[in-house]
Amino acid sequence: MTTPLQSVVVRFSGDSGDGMQLTGTLFSNLSAILGNEISTFPDFPAEIRAPQGTLGGVSGFQVQLGSSHVFTPGDKADVLVAMNPAALKVNIGNIRPDSVIIIDTDSFTGKDLEKALYQTDNPFTELGLPESQQIVPVALTTLTKESLRDSGMDNKAVLRSKNMFALGLVCWLFNRPIDKAVHFLESKFKKKPDLLTANIRCLTDGFNYGQNLALNINTYTIDKSDDLPHGVYTSIAGNKATAWGLIAAAEKAGKRLFLGSYPITPATDIMHELAARKDVGAVVVQAEDEIAGVCTAIGASFAGCLAATSTSGPGLSLKSEAIGLAVMAELPLVVIDVQRGGPSTGLPTKTEQTDLLQAVYGRNGECPAVVIAASTPSNCFRYAYEASRLALENMTPVILLSDTYLANGTSLWKLPKLAELPEIHPQGVPEELHGQFNPALRDPDTLIRYFAPAGKEGFEHRNIGLERDQLKGSISTNPDNHAAMIRNRAQKVAQVANRIPLLEVYGNKDADTLLVGFGSTEGHLKAAVDILNSEGKPAALAHFNYINPLPRNTQQVLSAYRRIVVCELNTGQFAAYLRTKTEGLRFEQFNSLGAQPFQVNDIVEYVKS
Amino acid sequence: MQAQDFKSDQYVRFCPGCGDHAICAALQKAMAEIGVPTHQTVVISGIGCSSRMPHYLATYGFNTIHGRGAAIATGVKTANPDLTVWQMTGDGDCLAIGGNHFIHSIRRNVDLNICLFNNRIYGLTKGQYSPTSPKGFVSKSSPFGTVERPFIPAELVFGARGTFFARTLDVDMPTTVRCMVQAHQHKGASVVECLVNCVIFNNGTHSWIADRETRAERTILLEHGKPMIFGINKDKGLALDYSQGLMPRLIVVPASDQRVLVHDATLADPALHRMLALMGQPTEAGVQPDDLPVALGVIRNVEEETYDEAVNRQIREVQNKSRIHSFDELVGTLEQWEI
Repeated sequence: MTTPLQSVVVRFSGDSGDGMQLTGTLFSNLSAILGNEISTFPDFPAEIRAPQGTLGGVSGFQVQLGSSHVFTPGDKADVLVAMNPAALKVNIGNIRPDSVIIIDTDSFTGKDLEKALYQTDNPFTELGLPESQQIVPVALTTLTKESLRDSGMDNKAVLRSKNMFALGLVCWLFNRPIDKAVHFLESKFKKKPDLLTANIRCLTDGFNYGQNLALNINTYTIDKSDDLPHGVYTSIAGNKATAWGLIAAAEKAGKRLFLGSYPITPATDIMHELAARKDVGAVVVQAEDEIAGVCTAIGASFAGCLAATSTSGPGLSLKSEAIGLAVMAELPLVVIDVQRGGPSTGLPTKTEQTDLLQAVYGRNGECPAVVIAASTPSNCFRYAYEASRLALENMTPVILLSDTYLANGTSLWKLPKLAELPEIHPQGVPEELHGQFNPALRDPDTLIRYFAPAGKEGFEHRNIGLERDQLKGSISTNPDNHAAMIRNRAQKVAQVANRIPLLEVYGNKDADTLLVGFGSTEGHLKAAVDILNSEGKPAALAHFNYINPLPRNTQQVLSAYRRIVVCELNTGQFAAYLRTKTEGLRFEQFNSLGAQPFQVNDIVEYVKS
Repeated sequence: MQAQDFKSDQYVRFCPGCGDHAICAALQKAMAEIGVPTHQTVVISGIGCSSRMPHYLATYGFNTIHGRGAAIATGVKTANPDLTVWQMTGDGDCLAIGGNHFIHSIRRNVDLNICLFNNRIYGLTKGQYSPTSPKGFVSKSSPFGTVERPFIPAELVFGARGTFFARTLDVDMPTTVRCMVQAHQHKGASVVECLVNCVIFNNGTHSWIADRETRAERTILLEHGKPMIFGINKDKGLALDYSQGLMPRLIVVPASDQRVLVHDATLADPALHRMLALMGQPTEAGVQPDDLPVALGVIRNVEEETYDEAVNRQIREVQNKSRIHSFDELVGTLEQWEI
């Protein structure tokens, strides 16, 4: 029997060495090719190599696919693939009561049960799985061994292929033809023909196993999406999209791209990506520490590059003083903060929105910088591009907030062409200032200072982190001058509001209730608003990508709603910020503090209560 | 070009009698001799008296934050290797708060000319002991004498596998200019330790060797390819003595002694350079460690590929081989499908 579905959440889970990330990625891309919307999120252990079969070593990959409005990887899984008993135990809270659970029966035995700390030899009863769960027992290990009996591969290599057998089975379950997966495997294992053959064999046998034995379970179909605009797509993770946004912006602006960075979870992939992109001319300095990361970038900016540094919360703390220098010296700089659980070392692999106020305020002195936030994995591209544009045009540091959820999750990305992207006009200097330039000279209307990169003849000047005279550019401690310069720097950042889009409302604009969020929670909040509206509880969403300055119509939009609920993954930093930036509004808060993405259902329940 | 061409319009605000005046003048002279135009010369500094230097030079300059000059200079030079990049720094800025950036810029061999002004004191914050103050040194923050062991800058440079180290004295203009010019000519991280007097908070810290009467006897000017001879009458020389235990040591012999060494700044092994650089370096207040002369001039000068060259060479090599040269071409390489 085949049941059509609107959307489904599939979770692949197994030992770190079981290849669950690859399996999940292949399945997601396969679904995307068939026209589904997808949203994915990997959930891997913090340990590099936890002992095999243990709870700490479980690696998961969740994907939601559907025919419309797939905004998140989903709250709880409809289908769980559990490669071992540890994977089942770890995910018991992540599955729906009526889910399909595919298990490798070969692994649900003595030693593996012990490693996963089961007390009995009946894991299902022990975990209290309800009758409504459909358990699909498959001897994955035995079947994989059989598939590869004549391959001449050693036992270890054979066992590594069982993820492909599982993938074949899941493909059958969702009526996904496997020829496209074969194509993916061909490009992945180009240089390892033996592995390629083995993987394709297992994938095919897994698919046929489902089909031939006609397992006594439902299969499903999911229609193509009709929401997606026609075009060419890929699926991309946030960190990669961020790196590519910088690449595109540098080329558009006619600047050299420079990244100064220091390894830190979960931001490091941005550096990895750019270090590999020497073909497009990216200069990457892996610095000796976080401070040197931002400082090399400031040096590169002084020399005329599009300069960026990537980090996470602890690194942003270390970079504070140098960001202040870029504010004072009025140099373009992109600072990417991929937020994680804090404070201190905190929860390096988990997601949180707790750096917001640090980004907006965390520097000495009156020190305004532009702050923006990406809100989906793929729009990390757009906002990295936007951060670059705003930095180069306004001669200011721009802090771009991302987080673990965006960094590692993927979503569909409609491939852009450079020509279609917004123009970038980096601030330059009028030639008539030749021979009389100083770094305090600014455009009288926008207050953006003129910029001459080191090396430009006739524009030699001395820049400083000390307060400078507003006319001459030299060191000044004059009280009136300092007051005027504080106002200049503030106004310069405030006028950026004229160069960003207005705030838009999603959902039922006439509702009484408005959800408000920023950054990576956009998908969850949209999904919640959709559910509320479908259940006859009118709701709207105002989601912010621009934090400082806020869109010009913020007060006007928010004041149209009777009930405003600010939803965020912290104790209420955005709500606190909005209270200082608006007048006469009451902000209710919905906060989640587990260093996990929202559960859509929790938001819905809260708003209904 | 003339030294005058490198003077900015700013009034020089070092204290009257400060050694930094002389270094500033020497730098302007050296820049004129080097001949790189002002717009292609960049002077980066951190914080401290020495870090005021960019304001007095008519080049591109950036007076940044405490200790970070080396990192910012690394960014400038890597971004645009065509620029000549100088870093002005002091013993506090460079060896305390900026110690990490200092050793890493040397380890990477970034093509920077680093002038390290060593007056063994924090001047701008008004008189605290620094990482180069000798043990027992009395200052506002060490009223009973510091209990810390000092750095000897040369040791850090060699420890970080430095390719160029020179030492000069504020009162010795010709040597200072020569060291700076050679620092520029050397490709890689070139450290010129400038021994400067802080007339206000640490007056006379280098007087053991700086005083006109004693300088010739207590210092030796090392020149590549020349015998190591010193003394008012050029009657003394340096030689290696192997008679005391396992390790050789430097000794003073008559200039006529056949054992007098000839200076080779290009030796790959820095062992002898280190011995030369450590001569006469006091680590305890008031105690002169030996009767060996303090080495001035270019002590080490070896060539290795610079960081900025290597980074940019690698980019060119990849670009020459790759079929991807633009964002659109890069996008074309993605796994993609039509919806």
